[in-house]
Amino acid sequence: MAEIQNYTLNFGPQHPAAHGVLRLVLELDGEMVVRADPHIGLLHRATEKLAEQKTFLQSVPYLDRLDYTSMLINEHPYVMAIERLLGIEVPLRAQYIRVMFDEITRIHNHLLSIGTQALDVGAMTMVLYTFREREDIADMMEATTGARMHGAYYRPGGVYRDLPGQMPRYEVNKFKNAKTVKSLNEARSGSLLDFIEDFTNRFPGYCDDYETLLTDNRIWKQRLVDIGIVSAERALQLGFTGPMLRGSGVEWDLRKKQPYEVYDRLDFDIPVGTNGDCYDRYLVRMEEMRQANRIIKQCVAWLREHPGPVIVDNHKVAPPPREKMKGSMEELIHHFKLFTEGIHVPAGEAYAGIEHAKGEFGVYLISDGANKPYRMKLRSAAFTHLSAMDEMAKGHMIADAVTIIGTMDIVFGDVDR
Amino acid sequence: MSAKLEKLCQNLRSALGDRVGSINCALDEVTLVVAVADYSAVAKILRDHPDLRFEQLIDLCGVDYAAYGEVTSAWQEEPAVAPRFAAVSHLLSISHNWRLRLRVFAADNSFPVVDSLTPIWNSANWFEREAFDLFGILFEGHTDLRRILTDYGFIGHPFRKDFPISGYVEMRYDADQKRVIYQPVTIEPREVTPRIIREENYGDSGRG
Repeated sequence: MAEIQNYTLNFGPQHPAAHGVLRLVLELDGEMVVRADPHIGLLHRATEKLAEQKTFLQSVPYLDRLDYTSMLINEHPYVMAIERLLGIEVPLRAQYIRVMFDEITRIHNHLLSIGTQALDVGAMTMVLYTFREREDIADMMEATTGARMHGAYYRPGGVYRDLPGQMPRYEVNKFKNAKTVKSLNEARSGSLLDFIEDFTNRFPGYCDDYETLLTDNRIWKQRLVDIGIVSAERALQLGFTGPMLRGSGVEWDLRKKQPYEVYDRLDFDIPVGTNGDCYDRYLVRMEEMRQANRIIKQCVAWLREHPGPVIVDNHKVAPPPREKMKGSMEELIHHFKLFTEGIHVPAGEAYAGIEHAKGEFGVYLISDGANKPYRMKLRSAAFTHLSAMDEMAKGHMIADAVTIIGTMDIVFGDVDR
Repeated sequence: MSAKLEKLCQNLRSALGDRVGSINCALDEVTLVVAVADYSAVAKILRDHPDLRFEQLIDLCGVDYAAYGEVTSAWQEEPAVAPRFAAVSHLLSISHNWRLRLRVFAADNSFPVVDSLTPIWNSANWFEREAFDLFGILFEGHTDLRRILTDYGFIGHPFRKDFPISGYVEMRYDADQKRVIYQPVTIEPREVTPRIIREENYGDSGRG
């Protein structure tokens, strides 16, 4: 029998550890990866082309569906790019609300990322705990936007509506008995801000629990330490951003370095790794959750004190309030034109990049003055990170390829767009 | 324009000399347009020059300017004279904390070719594959220019303005042949909201 040296293994597209529809063609020497060739595009929906056929407002919900594990933050650069082209100033309260939800989304994303990475490398319980907290966050989203996942909440010029004064409560049903409902409703007795504040008080304790489960866990460390090491120079060359770049020891965070919205008024720290391995990136994400929690706390305190408008008063961009629309002819015309024809954005181009939970998420808009974008390019962090798969997985075992996919924190809605 | 962007423009002019096609600063962003022949040389200077130091390529995308400024989104058969395809990249300098947009137009509209930036910034690899896949822009010097997002065996470049939104083929399972087959699309393209460009100050009071 001929001796077989290298062979090729098809990993995915239906593999549970592939985090979606990733087809990874691995060339193996024994159990060692010689070459990893990710085949992506199985979830390609041509969001950018679809946006060219729709008015600016109609595309907002598409953005939610890109990275479907961190929804609201996706809309942020899109509305920011439109606002830059229009040259409008967003009310301060809307900026705070957006920042607060960006950070809530960041926690939402990191909880999934860390939970499922632990699941991939064999720690079953983590994901159960992180999904318990994700449930609370989904409730916040539902109370604010009306949807647990795809909020479509941010608008060019602000946000769709103000925060609700009352948090919805659970009712007894055949799945939840009176005792469960009572304990669930304890935190939900006040407004949404009360509920968020209660969550921020509880959350550091949860983080401690996760760290107890993972940080010094022997198996966790064996699987993550010294896996997928990327030096700072290589991380820059490969276009890494976000936790992937900070894990390699580059102190770069758009929230600090190129502050947008109200980040320059908030107090938070940037965690940085030293070795650039999977374990450092895990620690960075863990600390980012605690910092996000700090930011949310500050936002809640500010939002309590400062009521005000949450969307601009320019009715060529934002619709007039419904009562006014019913009473005034001019407002009716504005309303009608806005929802049939849409916003006319002046000709020009703008790139808006934000510090997304996964890295830099940017929207590059070209407008020719029409009511639809001429070209929209979405720059997603996960796409760039996955392109480094070959370099990161080379020389590692097959099982480490799974760890590396986990540490990249990829979501295919985002990679394939 | 802020002092920082002013300085960036100056540095670009002094470092690149007559290689600068045009520098435009709008909405707090600097756009540099270069000739296709100078493209990779300029990129190398942008990365290595101590006054510029763009260490990161954040984004690279193709743009099809064929229908720019046209009122309808329907494709019109017209002899395209102006350069149609451009590769637009967004660069970021970590050390200077500034950004730059670099645009290069491909010379030939029927066979657009520009240099690959992969040797200068490795992150260009997949971005260029994507631009090739979606727009058919060829990147000379790219070692692995395969399609990336579209289906295996896909024909055409879907993000070009003359490619219909519905595509040309659809896929379904054929019960008789017991396999998945491709057939011409059965849906008609339709436009719910027409594409409109209004004159300036349209709808302002006193203008009807």
